Amino acid sequence: MKRALVIPLLVFFVLVGFLYVGLTLDPHDLPSPLVGKDIPQFQLTQLKNPQATFSNSDLAGKVTLVNAWASWCVTCRQEHQLLMNLAKQNTIAVFGINYKDERGDALAYLQQLGDPYVMNGHDLNGRVGIEWGIIATPESFLVDKRGVIRYKVNGMITTEAWTKTIEPLITQLNKEPS
Amino acid sequence: MRLLPITLLLLLWLPVAHAVVENQDILPGDFTSPGQKQRFKELIKDLRCTVCQNQNLADSHASLAVDLRHQILEMMQKGKNDQEIMDFLVARYGDFVLYNPPFKSTTYILWTVPFIALFFALGLLVRLIKKRQQQQPPLAGTDKQALADALRSAGQSSLNVKPKK
Repeated sequence: MKRALVIPLLVFFVLVGFLYVGLTLDPHDLPSPLVGKDIPQFQLTQLKNPQATFSNSDLAGKVTLVNAWASWCVTCRQEHQLLMNLAKQNTIAVFGINYKDERGDALAYLQQLGDPYVMNGHDLNGRVGIEWGIIATPESFLVDKRGVIRYKVNGMITTEAWTKTIEPLITQLNKEPS
Repeated sequence: MRLLPITLLLLLWLPVAHAVVENQDILPGDFTSPGQKQRFKELIKDLRCTVCQNQNLADSHASLAVDLRHQILEMMQKGKNDQEIMDFLVARYGDFVLYNPPFKSTTYILWTVPFIALFFALGLLVRLIKKRQQQQPPLAGTDKQALADALRSAGQSSLNVKPKK
């Protein structure tokens, strides 16, 4: 084959390769710069008990999953059963950030679907959400014993992602000294 | 037409309805000076809304964009400069929030590829032009004349060459 024909063909296939990979990428799955960093300083009133607070100290000394959710969020509903299973099996302590939600709506949601959370913070105006870099619920952060964010899931935690990636990571984090 | 006055009234109401929907957003009265307003406008133009990814913070109506506009205004009123505000957002959302990302190890491909592509494209263009010049040497004076003669004898002398006397 002529060389003049080979080059455009090569360029074409490289381009197809890039576009093909692009098809499998989710532009909303942004890497969080918070992974590997300490959890942000925050303080919220608790959802069920507005007199009490939920803050950094509640997450200290144990491996935790911090899940940002809202009653208006459809994907959160789909994710809820998985969180319920985690709570039932005592796999990990799940904490919630109830993001931009009315207290009554959020409580009704937990009443209806069950409450897998150890504790929920009520982030009505989304300011704590900004501190955690939350873009769209649900988002989940895996936090180690020292309070460092070790992994982040954008969107729903799938069963596959849980068994393949997150569960092994939790086992590993549990072995780390606090 | 009884519908016409009603339609007109509804049309009059439209800008007000818009204001009602937008009441959570930043209002002109929230700025302490025209300079601050201008600075705010410039700043949110260069920041991306991470929810609706092809809009900037200035254009977006996403609730996160509204929250971030409030956050930015609040930081400005606390005396933070533009760089501090951008650093705050980058620390939480990554370089993706910047429409003008910095040149560093994770973005060098983004910045250099256009220039590399331009360099190769120009090289290719120069080579093509040179090749074409070699393949088709310009007509010499005598050739031009011969061509004109041939065309004239064929009865269609339209070339801009004076016929031989």
